[in-house]
Amino acid sequence: MPRKFSSIIGGVRRKEQRNYILSVIAFFIILAVLVGGLYYATAQIDYVWRWFRIPQYFVFKDKIPVQSEIEGDVEKITIRGETAEVTVKGTGETASYIVPADGITVYEGDTIYPGDALGAYEEWKAGILLQGLWLTLKVSFIAIFFGIIIGLFGGVARISSNPAVKWSMIAYIELIRGSPLLVQIFIWYFVLGTLINNLLAQQGMGQVAPLWFGVAALACFSGAYVAEIVRAGIQSIHRGQSEASRSLGMTYFQSMHHVILPQAFRRIIPPLAGQFISLIKDSSLLGIIAIRELTKATREVVTTSLQPFELFFLCALLYLVLTSTFSILLQYIERRTLDQ
Amino acid sequence: MIEVHNLNKTFFTPHKVRALVNVSAMVEKGDVVVVIGPSGSGKSTFIRCLNQLETADSGKIIIDGIDVLDPKTNINKVRAEVGMVFQSFNLFPHKTVLDNISLAQRVVRRRGKEESYQKAMSLLDKVGISDKANVYPDRLSGGQQQRVAIARALAMDPKVMLFDEPTSALDPEMIGEVLDVMKSLAREGMTMIVVTHEMGFAREVADNVIFMDEGAIVEEGTPEHFFQNPTHDRTKLFLSQIL
Repeated sequence: MPRKFSSIIGGVRRKEQRNYILSVIAFFIILAVLVGGLYYATAQIDYVWRWFRIPQYFVFKDKIPVQSEIEGDVEKITIRGETAEVTVKGTGETASYIVPADGITVYEGDTIYPGDALGAYEEWKAGILLQGLWLTLKVSFIAIFFGIIIGLFGGVARISSNPAVKWSMIAYIELIRGSPLLVQIFIWYFVLGTLINNLLAQQGMGQVAPLWFGVAALACFSGAYVAEIVRAGIQSIHRGQSEASRSLGMTYFQSMHHVILPQAFRRIIPPLAGQFISLIKDSSLLGIIAIRELTKATREVVTTSLQPFELFFLCALLYLVLTSTFSILLQYIERRTLDQ
Repeated sequence: MIEVHNLNKTFFTPHKVRALVNVSAMVEKGDVVVVIGPSGSGKSTFIRCLNQLETADSGKIIIDGIDVLDPKTNINKVRAEVGMVFQSFNLFPHKTVLDNISLAQRVVRRRGKEESYQKAMSLLDKVGISDKANVYPDRLSGGQQQRVAIARALAMDPKVMLFDEPTSALDPEMIGEVLDVMKSLAREGMTMIVVTHEMGFAREVADNVIFMDEGAIVEEGTPEHFFQNPTHDRTKLFLSQIL
């Protein structure tokens, strides 16, 4: 009996294993069909894939010319290792310029006018996509920082026993959650931005850059969601915890600070991570108010390079890299707070 | 030490219940008062009103000369003088045993870290679990957790200790160790109000027993009187059911 029984189990196992392998194969076949189908379709419309054109939008070698400031002749070129000294002699004045030896574009005896290039430095520069990526990162992280602060105070205010505090928080949260982020960005930029900048101008003070209205829109937007997450986190902590801390004589804020929030914090890390990942993606909307973040940068490159297929895939991939890095980071923090 | 006059409290959710009906009581310094009664009789509400975890609708509570229900009273000061032990322990799960006991000392009593730890260690010694100082509460048995909770309350040097069914959530074999700590506390002269179903404890330690039913005090007296010659039928019925 036992032998027969175990052979049945073995048979079931083998069958399960075979099904598993078949499913994995099916997955890769579906993937290959999708990619192949896409490639076939692009070939039908004679789209030429030019991935080699893409790297220049990340980093490129820029030529910075060394220009003469005076009019005259090139008197002498002295080469010293990798650099060279070009001496220009004009009427009554002489000037020397240091130029990379392999970048010299003049010969001894040439006639030079002010502004003429004597040679050029080559320098690596960040391309427009890398700048866009950096801006997306910067905008997202500033917005996340303020979103956490708004959300923390908002979440505590949301369950305040003071109706003025509580209802203003509810109104704020419902207003933000009930209207499209795109419209909120427009309001921040075209309404509040115009008001603030005009008022500042009347006082003779400087202007606020569009970037900051974008950051404000994102921070207020995510702040409302974070407030709800924080509220749920606080309310998930058993009543006995606040009763115990209050019965020891702690004030409401001491109890929040030392007992409730540290426990709530652990529980809200996963939903917070989700919220911030969608914030990073939502920052792509800021392009509409002339902030050149990753998506806007991609669109600009598309209009000049005419390689939309590669660029939009790449753009999506870059967001994926940002969001998954962030997600891994938060998972690490979550594990750390759970272990201790 | 504690005077309670005509306390009334009605709950409206989930449905209307008169939890306290004209409850009055006196507790002298050093007295141990045990409150017993069937579940839903208002005994927990009664002691939770004393430190304002519930707010009474009307009546008067004087603890150590302070009018608790006076809006001008700083309730946090009163609570620091009134220790409370809960049925479900309510230890802080994110803090070690030592930090559970020293947190309020530092935050409320403004004691230094060193002083608060010393106090915590001596109290852990007293409740017999000084070897568990650096573990988290979830590593402790129910009885050990409740003893830590008692130490946490004692760390504030309270003038009164309130116990809200301290042994009801414990496995039977752990009830003894918690009761022993409470008995030694009573012997040291601590003023205590204890809501419990442990009749042995009431008989042995109580100076006064209060029997409550449907929000009102039905009978009150010394344990001898209470367990041997109860006067009210309701008390007799209750005692016959549980003894």
